[in-house]
Amino acid sequence: MENKHEIYLDNAATTRTHPDVVSAMLPYFSLHFGNPSSLYSIARSSRTAIEEARRKVAAALGADEREIFFTSGGTESDNWAIRGIASAHGKKGRHIITTAIEHHAVLHTVEALEKEGFEITYLPVDEYGMVSPESVEEAIRPDTILISVMLANNEIGTIQPVQKIGEIARSHKIIFHSDAVQAIGQIPVDVRTMNVDLLSISAHKFGGPKGVGALFIRRGLRIDPLLYGGAQEQRRRAGTENVPGIVGLGAAIERAAAMMSEKAERMKKLRKRLIDGLLTIPKSRLNGHPTERLPNNVNIIFDYIEGESILLLLDANGIAASTGSACTSASLDPSHVLLACGLPHEQAHGSLRLTLGEETTEADIDYVLGVVPTVVQRLRDMSPLTPKELRTR
Amino acid sequence: MYSETVMDHFNNPRNQREIPDADGIGEVGNQKCGDIMRIFLKIHDNVIEDASFQTFGCGAAVASSSMATEMIKGKTLEEAWEISNKAVAEALEGLPPQKLHCSVLAEEAIHAAINNYLEKMGLEPWEEGEGSCAGCSGCGTD
Repeated sequence: MENKHEIYLDNAATTRTHPDVVSAMLPYFSLHFGNPSSLYSIARSSRTAIEEARRKVAAALGADEREIFFTSGGTESDNWAIRGIASAHGKKGRHIITTAIEHHAVLHTVEALEKEGFEITYLPVDEYGMVSPESVEEAIRPDTILISVMLANNEIGTIQPVQKIGEIARSHKIIFHSDAVQAIGQIPVDVRTMNVDLLSISAHKFGGPKGVGALFIRRGLRIDPLLYGGAQEQRRRAGTENVPGIVGLGAAIERAAAMMSEKAERMKKLRKRLIDGLLTIPKSRLNGHPTERLPNNVNIIFDYIEGESILLLLDANGIAASTGSACTSASLDPSHVLLACGLPHEQAHGSLRLTLGEETTEADIDYVLGVVPTVVQRLRDMSPLTPKELRTR
Repeated sequence: MYSETVMDHFNNPRNQREIPDADGIGEVGNQKCGDIMRIFLKIHDNVIEDASFQTFGCGAAVASSSMATEMIKGKTLEEAWEISNKAVAEALEGLPPQKLHCSVLAEEAIHAAINNYLEKMGLEPWEEGEGSCAGCSGCGTD
C-alpha cells in the first residue's frame, strides 16, 4: 500500500528529537568530547555544558540546581527513587504506597521489592483513572516510607491530584515520589507546589534525545545510590556523564517550558476535534478523564474489534498509533491501566491511543478522522462479535 | 514483525464472510484473550466445498483464519482434520512466538466446525489428538 501520508500520533511513546536540540548536542560528540571529571581545558567545556543543562532543568521544574541528578532516563529515575529510598529507609519501615496504573518502571520495581520483603499497597483508581487523595491517606501506616504516584498517566493521560497527595505525604512525613515523565512540556510542573521529594523525567518525551533523564531529589533527602562507582553527580549517581544527552535534555526542557502554554492550548483544540470526531463512531467511548487529561492524549475504545488489527490498518494508511491490547505485547493481558479503570478484558483489547505532538496539524486530524471510521467498519465487518445493525455486509 | 504472507492475508483476507446456510460452524477462543475465530463450512459428500471465517483478533489471528480456510477448501473432512496449527503457521511463512496461539485457534476452529457438522449428521464427534496446543504459551484460560 502506498503511504502518501505519514502521520505520527504516538508522541507518548517518544517524540522526534527537535533539530535545534540536535544542533545543541552535536558539538559535544567530537569537539567538546572531554570527560567532565578531568582537569584539562577541553574537559572544562563538558563540565560547563552539564552545569548549564542542570540550571535549565532546575529552572523548568522550580528546583534548585543541586537537586537535579542526571540519569539514563525515566526508567532509571523511577528505579533509583524507589530502590534508593527503600534501601536508605528500609529500617524505619517496609511499606510502600503506589497505584495500580503506574508505569511498569515503577510497578515492576515495587514488585521486586515485594519479593525482598516490602509490603506494597496498590491504590485503585476510579473509572477515569483518577486516584483519590483520601485513599492515599487511608493507606498510610506507621511503617509507610514512600508514596509513589505518577503525575499523568501514559496511556489514558489522566492527571492525578498530585499536589493534594503531596500535602498528605508531607503532613505524615512520608517521602513522596512522582513519575512526571509524561507531563513535562504539557502541563506546569513545579516541585514545590507539588510537594514532591522525588520526581522522574525523561528527555525523549519532550523533544530531547533517548537515553537521558533526570531525578529531582529534594535537598536534604537521604537516598542510597542505584549505581555505584565514580564520584559523579555529588557521589550519588556514578558513571561518566552522557554529555551530549544531558545537553540535549537541557535544550529540550528549556524549549518545552517556553512553548508549553501556547502548545497546550493548540493541542487541546486538536484533541477536542479528534475526540468529537471519533466519538461519532457508534459504540465508541473515551478512556480517561474528560477534562483532567494531558492536552495531547486521546484514548478511545471501539467495541467488537481488537487493537493490533486497528494499528496495522492505520499503519497501512500512514498513521502511527498505539493500543492497550495484549496482542501488541508478549504477555496476553491487556493494559493494566484500562483494567484498573474497570474495563472488562474484551473492551480493553479494543483501545486506540493517539497522542498528538507539536507537529500535528488540523489537516492531520481531519485525515485521521477520515481513515479511522473506515478501518473500524472493516474490522467490525470481519468480527463475529459485531451485531447485525453495525455491519455493512 | 509479520511475514509478507501474514500481511497479505491480513490486508486481503480470503473467504472473509458468513456462509448463512453453513453445514458446520465452529467457534473458538474467547474475548478475554482477545481472539475469537468462527469458521463456516459447506460440506458435500464428505468434501469441504466452501469455507469462510469471521474473526475478532490481531493480525495473526485474521491471517491464520484466512490461510486455514484456504487450506481446507476441497479437502475431505479427514484431510482437513489433519491440518495442524504448525502447517498453518508454516504456510504463513512463520508467526512470532507469542502469536503461535493464533494458528492453534485456527486448527481448533476447523475441528470445532467439523464436529459441529458431524453432530448435525447424528455422528460421533471426533476426538482431539494430543498436543494441539503445543508450542503455545496459552492465554491463561482453559
